[in-house]
Amino acid sequence: MNSRGSAAGGRGPGLCGLLSILASMVLCAGCARPPAPAKLQIAAAADLNFAMQEIARDFHQQHPEIDLQPAFGSSGNFYAQIQNHAPFDVFLSADVDYPRKLAAQGLGVADSVFVYALGRIVVWVPAQSALDPATALKAAAVRHVAIANPQHAPYGRAAEAAMRSLGVYDSVEGKLVLGENVAQTLEFVESGAADVGIVALSLAIAPPVKDRGRYWEVPLAAYPKMEQGGMILHDSAAAREFRSWLLAPGGRATLQRYGFYLPGK
Amino acid sequence: MDWQAIWLSVRLAVSTTFILLALGLPLAYWITFSRRRWKFLVEAVVALPLVLPPTVLGFYVLLAIGPRSPAGALYERISGSILPFSFQGLLVASVLYSLPFMVQPVAAGFAAVDRRLLEASWCLGVSHLATFRRVLAPLAMPGIATGAILSFAHTMGEFGVVLMVGGNIAGVTRTVSISIYDQVQALDYAAAGETSLVLLGLSFTVLALTYALQRRIWAVWPLS
Repeated sequence: MNSRGSAAGGRGPGLCGLLSILASMVLCAGCARPPAPAKLQIAAAADLNFAMQEIARDFHQQHPEIDLQPAFGSSGNFYAQIQNHAPFDVFLSADVDYPRKLAAQGLGVADSVFVYALGRIVVWVPAQSALDPATALKAAAVRHVAIANPQHAPYGRAAEAAMRSLGVYDSVEGKLVLGENVAQTLEFVESGAADVGIVALSLAIAPPVKDRGRYWEVPLAAYPKMEQGGMILHDSAAAREFRSWLLAPGGRATLQRYGFYLPGK
Repeated sequence: MDWQAIWLSVRLAVSTTFILLALGLPLAYWITFSRRRWKFLVEAVVALPLVLPPTVLGFYVLLAIGPRSPAGALYERISGSILPFSFQGLLVASVLYSLPFMVQPVAAGFAAVDRRLLEASWCLGVSHLATFRRVLAPLAMPGIATGAILSFAHTMGEFGVVLMVGGNIAGVTRTVSISIYDQVQALDYAAAGETSLVLLGLSFTVLALTYALQRRIWAVWPLS
């Protein structure tokens, strides 16, 4: 009994001490240090993966008060999540249709929809392949051609349209395998399971992929323009700052370096 | 409604369950009765698919059965085609993915059988195989049935592995979970809801039927 009593007596001040430390931490968080940078949550399409790292770094250098926090995924997934009020500040979709649909539903900031880039597609083969990317789609030895799923991936729709206008779709149709997104499509080809794939230029020239394969750029005229669009979901000065930076020369140069055409060029 | 995908998933799940019965029963028998010191290593390997994310498992299966791996190259030389993006490839992946769901309940079922009954059978001159068939398997039937149900159900709902090795070919590798995912991605929520409802109904019916049958099994062969 005695020992239990003293143990309980010892616990009281300990708990109080812990609580007061916690309380002082909470109180001091707001006062002692300079204000923490505003965090901007960005839902970004998977093809922006590599460009976004540089964009985030450059933007933060010029705007140290704003910290970009990108999350990458499929635009369709983000669309469904944003419909259910996912806490993103800015949505950078691979297809401007998604932001337009959100705006039509009254979600996000009205009139904030913008087009920031045009996607480009390439025919890609692994470095050790004997195929020439320019003619690989017609090669008889090819058993599997990987594209992103045209049902929901913008790059898949572009690939399908390009194959139709290049006149190879009928011979390739039976060989198609569909990646869930354009990055998985690349993985199908890189692993050797598929012989050739149609992927985003932004992936083909990204640093980790550049040396692992060869590509042929599909002429822009062969497929409908892939407008990549975005919108502001939660209005703030930081979000507006980021939007105008992305559309100004600094952001545009980075996007161009990572394989996107620029709108209005 | 994508009946083709539902039918494909049913075929995949049934084939996987039968292959796992053929592979899993001997493996579970060995795990239960072996006295090897390194048995724990085998048990750990069998349990790995429980822990690994399906996408990781799928990625490694894709590399392992692809034309650049020795096993994939051998398969290509024998059959003339490659394993990824085929029903057979999915079957290999599903068997690996559901292995613990078969082996663990069956091994638990074997371990629960009174060892004296097995020893009595052996002492009476009945072979190990006949003892397995006539004493061990009937007594461990609830465990075997559980393993079979879990393998079937687990394969029906398989998503990440199929996504990684399947390539989404209609009628060949587009299983019902992939089809539902595509419908959601294409913003066709109504179709996704319908297909999900059919999958839910089908899964519930199969599970309810099997559990009902299992009660009869218990009634015929009481465990205690």
